[in-house]
Amino acid sequence: MTNLLILIPIALGLGALGLCAFLWAYRSGQFEDLDGDAIRILQDDE
Amino acid sequence: MSCCIGVTPDQAADFIGSPDALRREEFRASGVALDDDSVRYVLAAPAIHCAACIQTIERGLKRVQGVRSARVNFSTRRVMVEADAAMAEPFQIVETLEKLGYKAELFDLSGELTDGSAVTASLIRALVVAGFASANVMLLSVSVWSGADGTTRTLFLYLSALLAVPATLYAGQPFYRSAWSALRSGRLNMDVPIALAVLLTLGLSVYEATIGTGESWFDASVSLIFFLLIGRVLDHLMRERARGGVEQLTRLAAKGAMRIMPDGSTLYVPVDEIRPGMRLLVAVGERFAVDCRLADGTRTDVDRSMATGESLPVSVSAGAKVEAGAVNLTRSVEVEATADAGHSLVSEMVRLMEAAEQGKASYVRLADKLATLYAPLVHILAFSTFAGWMLVTQDWHAAIRAAVCVLIVTCPCALGLAVPIAQVVGASILMRRGILVRNGSAFERMAEVRQAVFDKTGTLTLPHLKLGAGGIDDAALAAAAGLASNSRHPLSQAVTALAAGRGVQPLSVTDVGEIAGAGIEGRIGDMAVRLGRRDFAAAVATGASARAAGEDEATLWFAGAGFALQPLAVEAELRPDAEATLREFQAGGITSHLLSGDTAASVEALRARLPIAAGHAFASMSPAAKVERIAALGREGGPVLFVGDGINDAPALGAAHVSMTPAAASDVGRANADFVFLNASLAGVIDAWKLSRAVVSFVKQNFAIAIAYNTIAIPLAMFGGVTPLIAAIAMSSSSIIVVGNTLRLRLRFPDPKALDVAAGAAAARQERPTTLEVPA
Repeated sequence: MTNLLILIPIALGLGALGLCAFLWAYRSGQFEDLDGDAIRILQDDE
Repeated sequence: MSCCIGVTPDQAADFIGSPDALRREEFRASGVALDDDSVRYVLAAPAIHCAACIQTIERGLKRVQGVRSARVNFSTRRVMVEADAAMAEPFQIVETLEKLGYKAELFDLSGELTDGSAVTASLIRALVVAGFASANVMLLSVSVWSGADGTTRTLFLYLSALLAVPATLYAGQPFYRSAWSALRSGRLNMDVPIALAVLLTLGLSVYEATIGTGESWFDASVSLIFFLLIGRVLDHLMRERARGGVEQLTRLAAKGAMRIMPDGSTLYVPVDEIRPGMRLLVAVGERFAVDCRLADGTRTDVDRSMATGESLPVSVSAGAKVEAGAVNLTRSVEVEATADAGHSLVSEMVRLMEAAEQGKASYVRLADKLATLYAPLVHILAFSTFAGWMLVTQDWHAAIRAAVCVLIVTCPCALGLAVPIAQVVGASILMRRGILVRNGSAFERMAEVRQAVFDKTGTLTLPHLKLGAGGIDDAALAAAAGLASNSRHPLSQAVTALAAGRGVQPLSVTDVGEIAGAGIEGRIGDMAVRLGRRDFAAAVATGASARAAGEDEATLWFAGAGFALQPLAVEAELRPDAEATLREFQAGGITSHLLSGDTAASVEALRARLPIAAGHAFASMSPAAKVERIAALGREGGPVLFVGDGINDAPALGAAHVSMTPAAASDVGRANADFVFLNASLAGVIDAWKLSRAVVSFVKQNFAIAIAYNTIAIPLAMFGGVTPLIAAIAMSSSSIIVVGNTLRLRLRFPDPKALDVAAGAAAARQERPTTLEVPA
């Protein structure tokens, strides 16, 4: 039972973290130009 | 990277050469002021096509004084530039972009701020929240079902409630809102039983978890929302693609014109302020802003393809009427406006198209037809279950529980997925065959088609002009190509292409001059040579003119000192598979028709070459006449498929029951068609037709599966035999079966061989070198 009290918050917390990360990424426009990003990753920085 | 060679400096020079006074004003007006003293401009640059393009543009633009940032969106082929508000000449941005070799189209940001993308974003947020909650609640529920008891069970139930209640309330909003608006207007839609089921389940679960038996349904309420949202998101994405036709056409109309003031100076006036009688100056390469008449002593060539769909320019002289939207090709002219913007051809077409879009909005989709039957049935079942239990047991709790069970198992998860999943699978199959689907309900409409109507130029025939090889000898062709290389007239380009095809080296020609409406002349050494209309060329001919067969059809003549008068016949080249496509339609019991803005003689000549019955070809059709004819055909002989490509076809594409257009078509055409095919071959039309029929039959199969599942589950639920575990299994398995069944479509339509795809892509590139992208 004590194990559960530690593990369940950790599990839910990690899940929520992933959810927040996605929502942040979506809001900041990271899914707007998927084709372009695929190409940009190969470019040298200036 | 080598692929960038496709955009030559020569092409770029063409755009820089045109007088930019108008575009300068329009570009300045298109900027949106931001808070930090900067202005945001968006440009569409369809020629962006590789990694090097991104770098070239971004680096090039950042070097311009006053530009703060420049970012290319590769997916939409747009460039977003933020510049200082104090920047003296923002048009430098456009000029720089075009100097780099990318034609820039001005982009009005105001039209872009539609609510469509906001809806997509809120649906996706709801989907991920529901997904997160349902996965976690399901994990907790599994341990409850497998025998957790005592405090562990209570803890898990409370945790489930903590996750499920906010998630269901938040993620279910699209359904609650739609159900509420339906109820307020006195209707029932599919969302009413959904909202009822979800909210009642949630309420019952909270009651059970706190004071009841502890048999809770939290997982059912969140996973219902999750499955339904998947269907909703897919459906919304398909619908989103259908937008934007009318906006495209209004952008084609010039936004203003240079007015010639009484004192001779010129002044930019917005199109709304142009009144009949005003004198305007139209430079080469500009569109006529309103319907107008050419002033005395002027003549030029205009591209009227917007009205007629014909790519051959027309020569006009003083007093001739030119409609708004036509492009001035060879000489700057002074014109007198004869109508204001509200009465021009473009606004007439916008009206036609808006009417057509409204007509389509009233189309009732299969899923909606089913919903009108299904929703009342569900309510009657749930209510009679409740009434029955009350009568027999007089137990409120048991009666509500049974009624909620009925609502849960009848909740149309599988039904909600049945249509969108079939459309998405269908669209991906067509995508691999070079056909883009722009509209989800297009499959349903395509499957109902009884008649097919084709446009002539650019649809049944290939869009580029081709000259017949016979009639002219190599020496004359070399001289003609030398002349033609100095002009950007489409016919001149056809002459250069013919010379290149025959391996003839163009001669160098001096003193080249273009005479509007007649042709081009120049000198080779001291010999005068001319290319153009017959009487124009004949004036310098020496020797007897060669009388070749079919020369009467020739629209272009070449002659010169030392050269006899020789014809260059313009040929219409049939699209590959045009005849086979029409034969397949014939075999499938579909009547074919031909509609064209061209003359009766050339339409009849084409009809005779194809399996189209006499009397089914209509010539000299204006955009409005095409719409009328299609409506008339639709009334007489059933739903009509229209395949067309021109700007003049846009209203007809919108008016037909379902429509299709080649990728080389005008942007407006592509924005208004339901299907766009990228290959040169017309066989795509047959592919789309056959696949649409398969998609609809799979949708019906999916409905059958979902209903069969319900006929088993409903009696079970009505008699109280459904536990949360059974409901969860039944609900997910029916959705999975529907998805699995639809994937069988892939087996029915295997991908074409790799070779065909490559050939198709090559053909498509040839047809339209830069853009294959469909307007978003």
